[in-house]
Amino acid sequence: MMRRLLPHPVLSVFLWLIWLLLNNTMAAGHVVLGAVLAVFIPWLSSAFWPEQVCIKKPLVLLRYILVVLWSIIVANINVARLILGRSDKLQPGFISLELRLQSPVGISMLSNTISLTPGTVSCDLSDDRRYLLIHALHIDDVEAIISDIQNRFEQPLLEIFES
Amino acid sequence: MLEWLLAALIVIGAFFTLVGSIGLYKLPDFYMRLHGPTKASTLGVGAVLVASAVYFTFKTGDVSLHEILVTLFLFITAPVSAHLMAKAALHIQVKQLERTRQTHKGQD
Repeated sequence: MMRRLLPHPVLSVFLWLIWLLLNNTMAAGHVVLGAVLAVFIPWLSSAFWPEQVCIKKPLVLLRYILVVLWSIIVANINVARLILGRSDKLQPGFISLELRLQSPVGISMLSNTISLTPGTVSCDLSDDRRYLLIHALHIDDVEAIISDIQNRFEQPLLEIFES
Repeated sequence: MLEWLLAALIVIGAFFTLVGSIGLYKLPDFYMRLHGPTKASTLGVGAVLVASAVYFTFKTGDVSLHEILVTLFLFITAPVSAHLMAKAALHIQVKQLERTRQTHKGQD
């Protein structure tokens, strides 16, 4: 019963919050209207969401978001230095990262994070979803970049979506 | 005091946006240029949005949270568009800088 009514609880909560944020209000009418939309939109669009997104450790997700925001700030400063420095000293390159993540949501979160943190852009996912191709603006040490991504981003995502 | 904080945030935002644009102009190949705008849209726009949220919260007295949505949508769309552009560029084999390092491990 519950599953038929709310096929995607997480999506519903997000839609409800986004509705309230869009209207910038907590008025009762909008709270109810948002709740109605949050039930109906996932229900109508459930064909596009074949699998259940399930966040197993919300606290880890929260910490992950903070880690990402911090990495964005640090990396932005590094990249600003690289861009303003001499561009003929840059050593760009492609790195292929072997993925431990398997869920599509986890992989897309990881590749979005990689693109958001300056200095690296995710370029392509191999057809078997085992390798993610990343372009880096400047490579000092390939192994360092790979282990950095694995420890800081992939490990928490594994815990959040696949533990 | 508040004004100084807001001014600092806006200047920081403008600085990183400018750096992103400079990157777009001076980096040598397509893949490297891709880094410019994706960066500008994170910290650059982020700082300006924080400034906006703080300003309107204090000016109107109501908490202004629209900016969180802008950030959210931007953080969702920017990496996707960068990914698609990079993927398309790889597909049609856009020229890479010659010294670009290739580290493919066991990939086709």
